Amino acid sequence: MTIHEHDVVVVGAGGAGLRAAIAADEEGADVAMVTKLHPVRSHTGAAEGGINAALRDGDDWELHAYDTMKGSDYLGDAPAIETLAQDAPEEVIQLEHWGMPFSREDDGRVSQRPFGGLSFPRTTYAGAETGHHLLHTMYEQVVKRGIKVYDEFYVSRLAVTDHDDPEDRACHGCIAYDIKSGEVVGFRARNGVVLATGGDGQVFDHTTNAVANTGDGPAMAYRAGVPVEDMEFVQFHPTTLPSTGVLISEGVRGEGGILYNSEGERFMFESGYANNAGELASRDVVSRAELTEVNEGRGFEDEYVYLDMRHLGDERIYDRLENIIHLAEDFEGVNPVEEPMPVKPGQHYHMGGIETNEHGETCVSGLYAAGECACASVHGSNRLGGNALPELIVFGARAGHHAAGRDLGEAEVPTGPSAESESEDSLDTPVNPGALDASDSDVAADGALVEPDELVERAVETERDRIETMLESDGTNHAEIREDLQQAMTENVNVFREKESLKEALEVIRECRERYQNVAVSDPSRTFNTDLIHTIETRNLIDIAETITLGALARDEFRGAHWRREHQERKDDEWLKHTMIAWNDGSPQLYYKPVVLEGENKEYEPKVRSY
Amino acid sequence: MSTQIQESETETETEETSEHQTRRLAEKRERADMAERAETDLSGADETARIKVFRYDPEVEGKKDPRFDTFEIPFTKGMTVLDALIYARDHFDSSLTFRHSCRQAICGSDALFINGRQRLGCKTQMVDLEWPVQIEPLPHAEVVKDLVVDMEHFYDQMEAVEPYFQTNDLPDGELEEQKQTRENREKVKMSTRCIWCSACMSSCNIAAGDNKYLGPAAINKAYRFAMDHREGEDMKEHRINIIEQEHGVWRCQTQFSCTEVCPKDIPLTEHIQELKREAVKSNLKFW
Repeated sequence: MTIHEHDVVVVGAGGAGLRAAIAADEEGADVAMVTKLHPVRSHTGAAEGGINAALRDGDDWELHAYDTMKGSDYLGDAPAIETLAQDAPEEVIQLEHWGMPFSREDDGRVSQRPFGGLSFPRTTYAGAETGHHLLHTMYEQVVKRGIKVYDEFYVSRLAVTDHDDPEDRACHGCIAYDIKSGEVVGFRARNGVVLATGGDGQVFDHTTNAVANTGDGPAMAYRAGVPVEDMEFVQFHPTTLPSTGVLISEGVRGEGGILYNSEGERFMFESGYANNAGELASRDVVSRAELTEVNEGRGFEDEYVYLDMRHLGDERIYDRLENIIHLAEDFEGVNPVEEPMPVKPGQHYHMGGIETNEHGETCVSGLYAAGECACASVHGSNRLGGNALPELIVFGARAGHHAAGRDLGEAEVPTGPSAESESEDSLDTPVNPGALDASDSDVAADGALVEPDELVERAVETERDRIETMLESDGTNHAEIREDLQQAMTENVNVFREKESLKEALEVIRECRERYQNVAVSDPSRTFNTDLIHTIETRNLIDIAETITLGALARDEFRGAHWRREHQERKDDEWLKHTMIAWNDGSPQLYYKPVVLEGENKEYEPKVRSY
Repeated sequence: MSTQIQESETETETEETSEHQTRRLAEKRERADMAERAETDLSGADETARIKVFRYDPEVEGKKDPRFDTFEIPFTKGMTVLDALIYARDHFDSSLTFRHSCRQAICGSDALFINGRQRLGCKTQMVDLEWPVQIEPLPHAEVVKDLVVDMEHFYDQMEAVEPYFQTNDLPDGELEEQKQTRENREKVKMSTRCIWCSACMSSCNIAAGDNKYLGPAAINKAYRFAMDHREGEDMKEHRINIIEQEHGVWRCQTQFSCTEVCPKDIPLTEHIQELKREAVKSNLKFW
């Protein structure tokens, strides 16, 4: 049995994971990164926009914090938001010192630009490929420091003790499948495990996320007893290409691109969705308008609407939007200089995730989370453009430093089931959510007694057995289950949500879970078995889909990205609270904890979110 | 011949870029015409795309001997080679193995040998290719399984050029940034777009014959730092020393195959040539 031992083990090697690993290294810890993709393949590389940070005269972190709180529709926690705003400038300058090729002003300083929802142009960028440069710059630092990277190792289980109360549990490592050799290996983490696994867009069948974004971290943490938070808040982007989900930037509409339906109507205006802003209304408004048109029979091929920029003229298109020509041609086979581009809403970002405090700690000791997989929470019910990348570096760094032993003081955001203020016992679900088999958890059945080393060894054995069973038995192929799950989520838990369809989704998810009981991997190979990896991922998708749907059913209000047909207003009296779901050893428990609106210098007063 | 330095003055990066872009746009228009023709041809046909895929697994009976499998894929408008592979895997053979992730040409996972040329599967439209489309793993790399090749050698070469920013004079203030002119940023811009897909390395005849040759991607990485003024002159000299070694820039015979296949349009050969000139300049200083 192979067990690798390190002080800090970081799972995932995108922006948050790389920053966490560098931070732990800075602190003197022996760090390893374990990642299913080579670091430079991570989806952080796809981020275009930029990094919000208050760097300039006339701007300050309090303005950034205020904008973020307002954008969150008052569902972000003030201590986390203020941490983000306070730490972002130093982190951005740190990237500059590491050589990141930011765009520059005439005076040689890094460029910043305006972004939606910001009161100051503080989005620091590197062309239209900020994420790519952020990812590569940090990976370069990992190489420079000689940090050990286990790439193409798929972490599929955590080694967590099985104390009754999750807050008494401890994480001592994780288990990974070596994709190249087929060996199941253990990672013993003396100080801590940092989850930085990114998004989970593959829950939906149409997403801007990568194929690898399957929510592995949140699913593992959830099954090990860590609550997931605000899972119903999913951001959908209104202009993605139908066949691939590739994002067509808001810049097209910013330059004057128009949306029209199959009757040739410029529906944003003509149907009154947004009489003033039109195509430039906020992402959720445009997404809902597009889908309404399609649902009412005014779409093309019952699927999409057209985004047209031909009238801008060749010169302007080539000058400012050349990148869009390549995207539309390469990924959709459409030349947007000569014909309109088909577009439809696609899943883009998940605000919810693993519950952490502002140090990246979960309620299980030794287990951390940072980046999109985590919920600290800074985005609340809606993320502002340019706030995802600072989240990666700020909370990646904090999780890495803390895991390596740096004292960050007392955290103010409470975590774990003890933070519960109110339980949800009246949720009407058509089927029981959660495990079909009570033993289906990710904690070791150790009676909370064994030593950490043995705990990891036992977890390796459990995981090896699970994998062998999947490889050797006959049964259902995961791809059919995954496809049905993704379709049900897109049909019922998309930008439009209503009680009956959410219930229907829960039924389909339950069916998927039942079918998954008989899942089998048909590729018998021990070498690079992607069939096996995808099969394990599909189980994670089922658990994540269920939490999104449960949260959406529970929250009977309209806040940020979460829209309910029956409940068309934000209900501050009732809903200034986070939706929490705990796995509860297989019988999911829904409860709430209050939003923290008390900041360092002030209390944030909920106001109408209008721009 | 191979190591001869170009006589002409260094072109500015902006000019190189725009020239490159013009060429690319012209190619695009040509492709669009082709696509239109292909589509017209298709309209009468049954719209089934055929792909021939290389198969190999070192440990599974029946796959130990490399072979090609043919899959019939229902064609849809906008379908890429990657889409076709995913369809084949999810509907016909779940053991079909290939790397892919972002589907938008930024993760660099799916460089493949498609109809005899290195391309990214995700950004190659089926309609632009002659059918059946033949899909093979990248040449000059060890095949792990099906379309997956061992990338270790490529990563080793990348790491050999000290692929990280180094400078001896950072500003004192923690919140003070290093200054960089727009021109200098523009100078390194194209070189920073590399996604480590290794298409260039696979296309390079020199790399195929000399296992120690750094290769176009690694040299481009060195260029990215050597030309960045923020690193300073001392560091530049250090970097020139690295790429001037026996298996460095002087091996390049300017065949331009790397430049032709680069999916990010990086003028790789020109970068290598420029470093040769820098190396000569740097050596002249001691005279």
